[in-house]
Amino acid sequence: MIELIDIHKSFGKNYVLRGLNLKINKGESVVVIGGSGSGKSVILKHIIGLLKPDKGTVMIDNSDISKLSEEELNEVRKRFGMLFQSAALFDSMGVWENVGFGLRQHTHMHDEEIKEIAIKKLKMVGLVNVENLMPSELSGGMRKRVGLARAIAMEPEILLYDEPTTGLDPILADAINDLIINMRITLNITSVAITHDMKSAYKIADRIAMLYNGVIVGVGTPDEVRNTSDPVIRQFITGSASGPIKVEGR
Amino acid sequence: MFVKLIEYIGTVARKPIEEIGRIIMLFYSILKLFVRPPFEIKHTIKQMLEIGVKSLPVVLITAVFTGMVLALQSYTGFKRFGAEGLVGSVVALSMTRELGPVLTALIVAGRAGAAMAAELGTMRVTEQIDALETLAINPIKYLIIPRFLASLIMLPALVIVSDIVGILGGYFVTVIILKANVTTYMRMTWDYLETQDIYNGLIKACFFGAALSLVSCYRGFYTEGGAEGVGKATTGAVVLSFMTILISDYFLSAWLFE
Ligand SMILES: Nc1ncnc2c1ncn2[C@@H]1O[C@H](COP(=O)(O)OP(=O)(O)O)[C@@H](O)[C@H]1O
Ligand SMILES: [Mg+2]
Repeated sequence: MIELIDIHKSFGKNYVLRGLNLKINKGESVVVIGGSGSGKSVILKHIIGLLKPDKGTVMIDNSDISKLSEEELNEVRKRFGMLFQSAALFDSMGVWENVGFGLRQHTHMHDEEIKEIAIKKLKMVGLVNVENLMPSELSGGMRKRVGLARAIAMEPEILLYDEPTTGLDPILADAINDLIINMRITLNITSVAITHDMKSAYKIADRIAMLYNGVIVGVGTPDEVRNTSDPVIRQFITGSASGPIKVEGR
Repeated sequence: MFVKLIEYIGTVARKPIEEIGRIIMLFYSILKLFVRPPFEIKHTIKQMLEIGVKSLPVVLITAVFTGMVLALQSYTGFKRFGAEGLVGSVVALSMTRELGPVLTALIVAGRAGAAMAAELGTMRVTEQIDALETLAINPIKYLIIPRFLASLIMLPALVIVSDIVGILGGYFVTVIILKANVTTYMRMTWDYLETQDIYNGLIKACFFGAALSLVSCYRGFYTEGGAEGVGKATTGAVVLSFMTILISDYFLSAWLFE
């Protein structure tokens, strides 16, 4: 279980999270929606301990991750997989080495075994015959899927997806949605995804949470969100420029 | 008035002091992580080759011409008071004690140090360093320690090459071009050059190697602000390395050769 309790975070004068609360149950799929630059990626980085809150606590299975030693935090991190918004592939290594990086660092497997697993994971995300390419030779959508393959390589319990479908064509985006759903069903993975693709959100979420002004302003099932009367959430899901969310200053 | 002045000094001095503090903290992490397995031997060797290959041609050319010009200048200068026999020792002492270590360090800072800052800076702004952390890897151990060690080892190695090549350059100009006496030149080189001179030069080299990689990695590792930030980190790393090398050279000389 993941619990964010009263998280405050600012970067200089930029006050991004202002007392955010969010609880994600084991095996659940939660999607966080919110405007560009509203702090969605910052939330994910708090969950995996890349950023520390100025105030508040991040609890993973009832332990406060800011109180863990480096080794303990790394043990927690091994249970996570994270897909970065920009994929964040290591550009000094080839595709299969990217996917197998965690295995190479944390297991005693041989390169052939690692490569075999990498190829299997790449296939799961719809990529074949790319294992020997370098990241610079890939398109944006391929990079994202390699990033996803790397995130699932160690068979994590919890997956964090930062905009998994952004930049993909609609068919590929839907394939990724199916993949996220499948992994959750077959492997009982807990997942936290960030997106502003509402179609994807409705499809993969058990619950959708809306981030606005540094706090979660509403949480509900896809049906509840679809039928909400909250003006902020309504404006966001219908994608309207007029309403309580102002376009300026973003 | 007095308070204002103190305040002014405070605001000006704050940033560099903060920066020095953070560099020391990074150095402390390096020392702490250095002894902890796994050891990134393959990466360290790769970085050593990188530094050697990147810097060797420039180091060779710089050293040989420095030795040559030293010989030329001191020969024509010393001839005025009949001391041209001393050229051999001037070249040998200047190269081993001073110019070998300093010039080599400046070259490595400009080539390999800049590359370190650019690589780490790019990894930072493209979230590759964050990705390493999420994969339960300590990025200081994985990225910085191999570069630090490689620089610490390669700098003295390059300085030895530079010393030899510089002295050969001096020999070439004095003996072959200016047709001075060979035995005098050789005797003056060997009689006045003590092993202590060479050692002290190599101690300087180790210090410069450690300092320039520390400063360059620091600048790259804490890059902010996209591609522009990487550019700033790279030039910043070179400037800061140059300053560190030149300033610390004075104090190291004062201490080692007192
Ligand atoms: N490491 C950082 N340093 C400074 N500012 C940051 C950092 N990470 C995020 N921010 C700022 O926090 C805000 C939210 O960023 P982010 O979470 O990336 O937005 P998004 O919701 O689009 O994912 C932005 O204004 C961004 O500039
Ligand atoms: Mg984001």
